[in-house]
Amino acid sequence: MDSIAQTIDAVLYWLAQPNILNILVLSVAKGGLVLNIILVIAAFLVWLERKVSAWMQYRDGPNRVGPFGLLQPLADVLKLYTKEDISPKNADKFFHRLAPVISIAIAISILCVVIPATYIYVGPEKLKFYFSVAPNVNVGMLVILALTSIGVFGVTLAGWSSNNKYSLMGGLRSSAQMISYELSMGLALIGVLMIAGSLDMNNIITSQANGKWNIFFQPLGFIIFLVASFAETNRAPFDLPEAEPELVGGYHTEYSGMKFGLFYLAEYANMATSSAVLTTLFLGGYDAPFAKELLGLQDGTLLMVLVQFGTFFAKVFALLFFFIWVRWTLPRFRYDQLMNLGWKVMLPLSLANILVTGGVMLLLKQFGIL
Amino acid sequence: MSLQVIMFMILGVGAIVTALGTITRRNPVASAMNLVAHFFMLSGLYLTLQAQFVAVVQVLVYAGAIMVLVVFVIMLLNVGKEEAHHESFTIRKVLGLVFAGAIVVQMLAIYLGSSPSAMSQLSSKSLTLGATESIGTVLFNQYLFPFEVISLLLLSALIGAVILAKRKVD
Amino acid sequence: MIETYIPVIIMILVGLGFGVANILLAEYIGPRRPTKEKISTYESGMEPVKSARERFSVKFYMVAMLFILFDIEVVFMYPWAVQFKALGTVGYVAMFLFMILLFAGYIYIIKKGALKWD
Repeated sequence: MDSIAQTIDAVLYWLAQPNILNILVLSVAKGGLVLNIILVIAAFLVWLERKVSAWMQYRDGPNRVGPFGLLQPLADVLKLYTKEDISPKNADKFFHRLAPVISIAIAISILCVVIPATYIYVGPEKLKFYFSVAPNVNVGMLVILALTSIGVFGVTLAGWSSNNKYSLMGGLRSSAQMISYELSMGLALIGVLMIAGSLDMNNIITSQANGKWNIFFQPLGFIIFLVASFAETNRAPFDLPEAEPELVGGYHTEYSGMKFGLFYLAEYANMATSSAVLTTLFLGGYDAPFAKELLGLQDGTLLMVLVQFGTFFAKVFALLFFFIWVRWTLPRFRYDQLMNLGWKVMLPLSLANILVTGGVMLLLKQFGIL
Repeated sequence: MSLQVIMFMILGVGAIVTALGTITRRNPVASAMNLVAHFFMLSGLYLTLQAQFVAVVQVLVYAGAIMVLVVFVIMLLNVGKEEAHHESFTIRKVLGLVFAGAIVVQMLAIYLGSSPSAMSQLSSKSLTLGATESIGTVLFNQYLFPFEVISLLLLSALIGAVILAKRKVD
Repeated sequence: MIETYIPVIIMILVGLGFGVANILLAEYIGPRRPTKEKISTYESGMEPVKSARERFSVKFYMVAMLFILFDIEVVFMYPWAVQFKALGTVGYVAMFLFMILLFAGYIYIIKKGALKWD
């Protein structure tokens, strides 16, 4: 047992050395690991959504494949793989394939700057072994926003390339929706950045240490960011692209097989990503207020890291449950209501939030509290 | 060869290839997507110069906002595949070639005029200068007036956009 | 410096690779028996009329245009926000003026009905 621990320690110590080969090996390994974790979470979410919706509607939900229907997502994936992959006549074949790839790539790659836990000390020199893929990115929060803004192309290209009127209309509507809410998202964030004084994810989390979570200081910012996340992931009540009565299937009307599967997967991966970002920005990230005092844990120990992982995932799953809960509770917006909410309510509110936050911070500084 | 140089070469070649793709594709959407890829390459090139904030904003504003508008306009105007028309040797082409040649001469002059050691090394200040914090400090102290003027520029752009679009609707 | 961003680049490549691999795999595994009806685009059971790539409302173009302008405003706010504590009252007033001017533009847009959806 000890020898295994020692071997792991030695391997991690070797990987934590900052030279280019190790950075490459470590990034690929961590990237692969994150990809697998997000796939498992997405599969679990598919199951969870069906179970929760069934529970809310007093049904059973999936219960045939595996215990409690847990293997249902696996069966779904197998089905999607063996389905015929149809691209419609006159469709632009290349962009028809590229669109779902962009959607899933963006949903996954945003996770590189998310920090689920800090680091452990390895080896005799106490080198730090970080758990996030890109741990020291100075502008981490902007990387998330920049990648999110690219996600619009997946939807737009899907709508345009299909050569279908419903697809084009759905793609346009959802891309207009996404860029509108991206604005409120970026503005709602400013308050958090003012408190943290940094774009670095590490600093954003440490500024909320010991229960000083931003949700208590930036409640309006939290609500705006949460609503914008719903819109950004195209989930109910903002699932206009999937408004069946008017748009059939929206931008993925002409998608079938695994290409549709990738869009479907991207939706759930985006949900998980948004929850992780919300947790980091407003719920203190991996911060568990009791961990240091009550349990007497030190930074850089294995136990501390496990507690951080546990806290982070507990918060993320609480938010994910909220996402599902909202979808099966609220009716869908009308498109004009949705755009009005984004431009005429959330935009001015988030601007006001910045001014109020700044004013309060200056006052607190005057009285020497801050 | 340092990592910086290797990355510069990869990204530089990528930037040239995607730029060529932008101007040679017949399908306007393909051109636009090549341009998006090109902005990513440029963003990487900024990173090799340690300009982190500019690098991310390059993707955020150019690839994520302006290119969305470009794609919308392509779709709005329903620009089909560009017909292979044979443009004669116009004054536009001559002027284009003259300016392109001038840029090449200028770059060569800079390259040949400076010592190679100065080119391969970044200033030690560049790491802090590229960070968001120092940009904030400089922008809101030294360049406060230009910053306020930018809001006027954006305001006129807002009004211009509305007036142009409104005229089309009515 | 660039080495801190190499993981970001690799992660984007991992995402792209996953997507491409899945599509190629699915095209390899799945059957392929296209018929005339199967590959025609869906139009509520009717024969598709004309091309789908028609001109659409100028509203979407307006939204994209306004998005760019406000996005640039937000980009200026990031360096301001991270330095807010150091900039103090001067910075607050500077950003207030900046926001007032853009808000005037915003009011103008609303009054002109550029964001009215019907």
